[in-house]
Amino acid sequence: MSEYAHLYVEAAKLTLGLGAAGILFSLIIGLVCSLVQYYKIPVLKRIVSVYIELSRNTPLLVQLFFLYFGLPKIGIMISSEGCAVIGLSFLGGSYMAEAFRSGLEAIENSQMESGLAIGLSHAQVMRYIIFPQALSISVPALCANVIFLIKETSVFSAVALADLMYVAKDLIGLYYQTDEALLMLVIAYLILLLPISLAAAWLERRLRYAGFGN
Amino acid sequence: MEKNEKLLEIHHLRKDYGNGPVLKDVSLDVHKGEVLVLIGPSGCGKSTFLRCMNGLESIQSGEILLDGQVISGDKTKWSEVRQKIGMVFQSYELFPHMTVIDNVLLGPLKVQKRNRQEAEEEAKKLLERVGLLDKKDVYPRQLSGGQKQRVAIVRALIMKPEIMLFDEVTAALDPEMVREVLDVMLELAKGGSTMVIVTHEMQFARAVADQVVFLDGGEIVEMDAPEAFFNCPKTKRAQKFLNTFTFESKDE
Ligand SMILES: Nc1ncnc2c1ncn2[C@@H]1O[C@H](COP(=O)(O)OP(=O)(O)O)[C@@H](O)[C@H]1O
Ligand SMILES: [Mg+2]
Repeated sequence: MSEYAHLYVEAAKLTLGLGAAGILFSLIIGLVCSLVQYYKIPVLKRIVSVYIELSRNTPLLVQLFFLYFGLPKIGIMISSEGCAVIGLSFLGGSYMAEAFRSGLEAIENSQMESGLAIGLSHAQVMRYIIFPQALSISVPALCANVIFLIKETSVFSAVALADLMYVAKDLIGLYYQTDEALLMLVIAYLILLLPISLAAAWLERRLRYAGFGN
Repeated sequence: MEKNEKLLEIHHLRKDYGNGPVLKDVSLDVHKGEVLVLIGPSGCGKSTFLRCMNGLESIQSGEILLDGQVISGDKTKWSEVRQKIGMVFQSYELFPHMTVIDNVLLGPLKVQKRNRQEAEEEAKKLLERVGLLDKKDVYPRQLSGGQKQRVAIVRALIMKPEIMLFDEVTAALDPEMVREVLDVMLELAKGGSTMVIVTHEMQFARAVADQVVFLDGGEIVEMDAPEAFFNCPKTKRAQKFLNTFTFESKDE
């Protein structure tokens, strides 16, 4: 079975690449959405809450099917990779938004006032006082989301991507070596996720020691 | 410094949060070098009054002037005005993610764009003055309440404000820490600082005030020198308020 290891490596690269892109966009979408909610921007606020409900209450698999099989029916063709990244970002954006929002909301308004009282502008208070504290509160949830999203990539094979799941299923289909193929799959995900978990734990500890967010 | 030069003027201020006026037609002048102590029952609008003075609350009508310039208009550059009006809060409001010295330096570096070395020298001097130089590199959570409040005072002072506002800065402190904070304020008063102080410490008010302002029901009910005010308050309301601070001995 080990002669197929390179297939897993290729697949892991794909998973990681698409996952990283999806996570990056998730963070951007999440940050923008959380700011819309924080500042209670009219109209946009409504759109964001509809998006969040939609995103949280539909499985990624369904979102991918919609993108890959549904959209072409109205003439919109998106590549498998495109579908994977869009789907993951659509899903992750709402989770990241909640993580950022809980951090922002945890900072008392009196911190804003004491910043303003020494003459800082609103933007400066956000940058030097609110964001650093909010971020340190959000970090554990953000890290959990990153791990969650990488695990979610296991449905990418549904849109014809040769990711880890796909390779494993393929090998099982070809050689009936189910046990080995599955073992390799588990190991591959562990190798991907363990370092990220450890890095997350380290980051959380570091932020706490630095005295962030009290 | 001329003592009867008006530094801060409040004319016919009215403040309403939306369910009836909290401050109705309040007028007050603060002169250079003067220490005003603002007292009154809880909920009478003392904090609101201070917060109007530095624009943390908008006002419904009236006018506020600093150095003869109207600051209550729409075009006020609050960042500039607030450098001249320092404020210290009851709950300290230090920035918990920054060390003591970084708390103090944030304003000078980011607002006034001062040279770091020069600002740091001054920050150290001020911390030394309030007895906290050895704490300059610790985080706020490692400080006692009294120490936090002294840092908060230094953080306001380093901006070189023309006037300082203190909102019940000892109300959240354990009794044994009240004194160390009040001493710092007394020191400032002796040094000629202009201050408006909200407090429930009547002994301190008597010692530090040039004028005592008694606020009740959203208006200034009585204003007098401390001796006159505390010894023979003119209004019923002030008498009643001051009585809540005295106890009759049980033998009498
Ligand atoms: N942000 C606010 N929104 C609505 N009402 C407020 C707000 N802040 C204060 N008030 C009300 O205004 C009145 C005066 O409050 P405050 O100025 O805090 O009084 P004090 O400092 O004298 O205790 C109180 O009745 C209080 O409930
Ligand atoms: Mg108050």
